[in-house]
Amino acid sequence: MTDSVYVPLLDLACGAFLLTGVLVLWRRDLAAIVRLFAVQGADLGALVIVLGLHKGSAELMIAGVAVGGLRAGLLPCLMRRALMAGGEGRETKPLVNVAGSLLVAAVLAMVAYAVSQPLVRLTPTPATQAVPVALTVLLVGFFVLVTRRRALSQVVGFLLMDNAITATAFLTTSGVPMVVELGVSLDILLAVLVLQVLTTRMRAAFGGTDLDELRELRD
Amino acid sequence: MTLLMIAPILLHVLAACGYAALGWRPATAWLGAVASAGTLCAAIALAVATTDHPRTAIGGLLRADALSAFMLIVIGVVALLAMLASPGYLAAEVAAGHTGERAARRYGILTQAFVAAMALAVLAASLGVLWVAVEATTILTAFLVGHRRTRQAVEAAWKYVVICSVGIALALLGIVLTNYAAVHARVPSAGVLDWAVLAGHAADLDPGVMRIAVALLVLGFGTKAGLAPMHAWLPDAHGQAPAPVSALMSGVLLSVAFYAVLRVKVIADIALGAGFARTLLVIAALASLAVSAALLLAQRDYKRMLAYSSIEHMGLVALGAAIGTRLAMAAVLLHVLGHGLGKSVLFLASGHIHQAYGSSKIAAVGGLTVRAPVLAGAFGLGLLALLGLPPFSLFASELGIVRAGFSAGLGWAVAAALVLVLLIGASMLSGWRSMLLGTPSPEGAAPLPAVVTNAAGGAAPPGQATPSPGGTSPRLTWTAAVPLVAGLLACAVLGVTTGPLRPLLEAAATMAGATP
Repeated sequence: MTDSVYVPLLDLACGAFLLTGVLVLWRRDLAAIVRLFAVQGADLGALVIVLGLHKGSAELMIAGVAVGGLRAGLLPCLMRRALMAGGEGRETKPLVNVAGSLLVAAVLAMVAYAVSQPLVRLTPTPATQAVPVALTVLLVGFFVLVTRRRALSQVVGFLLMDNAITATAFLTTSGVPMVVELGVSLDILLAVLVLQVLTTRMRAAFGGTDLDELRELRD
Repeated sequence: MTLLMIAPILLHVLAACGYAALGWRPATAWLGAVASAGTLCAAIALAVATTDHPRTAIGGLLRADALSAFMLIVIGVVALLAMLASPGYLAAEVAAGHTGERAARRYGILTQAFVAAMALAVLAASLGVLWVAVEATTILTAFLVGHRRTRQAVEAAWKYVVICSVGIALALLGIVLTNYAAVHARVPSAGVLDWAVLAGHAADLDPGVMRIAVALLVLGFGTKAGLAPMHAWLPDAHGQAPAPVSALMSGVLLSVAFYAVLRVKVIADIALGAGFARTLLVIAALASLAVSAALLLAQRDYKRMLAYSSIEHMGLVALGAAIGTRLAMAAVLLHVLGHGLGKSVLFLASGHIHQAYGSSKIAAVGGLTVRAPVLAGAFGLGLLALLGLPPFSLFASELGIVRAGFSAGLGWAVAAALVLVLLIGASMLSGWRSMLLGTPSPEGAAPLPAVVTNAAGGAAPPGQATPSPGGTSPRLTWTAAVPLVAGLLACAVLGVTTGPLRPLLEAAATMAGATP
């Protein structure tokens, strides 16, 4: 693949990755948030496949398909099941409103650019120049995690962070060693399963998944 | 050799399979203790075999050096204590109706898999595999924390999984960036995340990238080690988990996570100079001590009190690691072992107290010395050990850290830490005095059967408490007393003489990057 095709494709995939991440802040409908997360997973898969095409590496392309399958297929499917079981459709009252959240996202993007300067400087290829995008999604994910009040939104925040870390891994070095990659994917999948079971128990114990209800243990 | 290194992981995996197949019965209940004893033996053999040089197994996937062998000994010892106490604890839980047969089986499977994951973490040669193992411990212990399924337990489990997973995700980003720096420095791709290879090439790693990576790694693994500012999960999780699991989590899991920080520090010290990791660790240490001191002042729950004390001790360990001289590192490792012994005894004892009184509030327990002398004695001595009084080994290790700190020019940090430690000691003593000696509160003054019927859902556990004709005391059976006494005895002996452990401690301190 020539650079004239590769760079726009790479930027397109990264742009879509960033956009879906920021849009999570905009929507309050939990089903829509899960859909956005699935689209972001597909973007991440596409991003890895584009990198694989550029390097002519079949291994990387297979990894891309696997990453896309896990993050656009399996994980959203699990979350949808948790959502169906609960019947709570909407984020109640985030600590920061939508307009405020989008402004914060802009600030976080600038922070990400500032922080990732040393990373870009080390090897200024088109791929590493996209690392700030991944770090922005990481910070947005963390922001979702601390400001949203539904159990499922917190899980999405955590998974956004994880998507961003995977994107960073592929953008900087075409991924970490295989055994680590497999272990990480398995751990993430299990963590989501554990959180899903805990959501069910939370519903049984508290009658809902509003995290403001969790105040039994305070000092 | 390979067998010796696989054994600690394999034994616990087999024990977990045993529980999965046979369930938790009187006969299988001791399986975990047998596996832990096996791990301890393998750990000692490894310590002997690795004194001169590190050994590898399974194509370089596992590596054992003196530091891993030492950590494996800590895991083996604490797991043995916790697993010896488990059958009695679960029998009492089942008798009280808190636990069913399925939950007991799951307890067996998860605790064994949890110990196996910790053994894998200290034996892994690659930072990546170490990460996977540490994250696996979070997943495996999630349901152990939520074992009782009460509102508190579910809340604690949720916070635990979310905070620890996020923290450890930051560590993963740190590993990704380390990988990036290593690939750029042309580290051979076979061992790109292998900590020994990385340490060998550390001087070539880009400092700009490594600075971000090391900060993320220390913050991430520090979360799991209970260091401030990401400590919020710890008191909830340790307070809600079943007592033997709290003992395991507090006694070893925290130090296994800190072991990861030690491995990172070795690489960071070469790549960035000793100042960077030291600054991070001093900040984390003092913040942890301050948090622990502030929240212990008005603490009314004895299990949470023990949990905050764990934050304190991890803060001291971090301070010792920041000092980083040979004496400090050896003291840190001794402190890890001493804290593992003392804290697991206290958590096991607190489990018996909780089962007898049906409450973890300090006010509900009074005059324990009169009612259950052995239990009160173990609890009181364990408390003295944790406060760092002689003859227990924490006295020796805290003294070592303080001396090393003053001679390494970190006297101000050590002085601040000492003030905080004194504050913490005072507030813990005042809480525990009322439990051990104080006049029982109205609730506690009633004879035990009355207490039990008053306390929600509590019933006298037949295996643990034998109400005397007067109906006043939750006395220990000898199987329940053995782990408590053995733990205290080991802690005291270590304080008098480290004996054959001394060469191991010194070799392990060298592996942990001790400067002369």
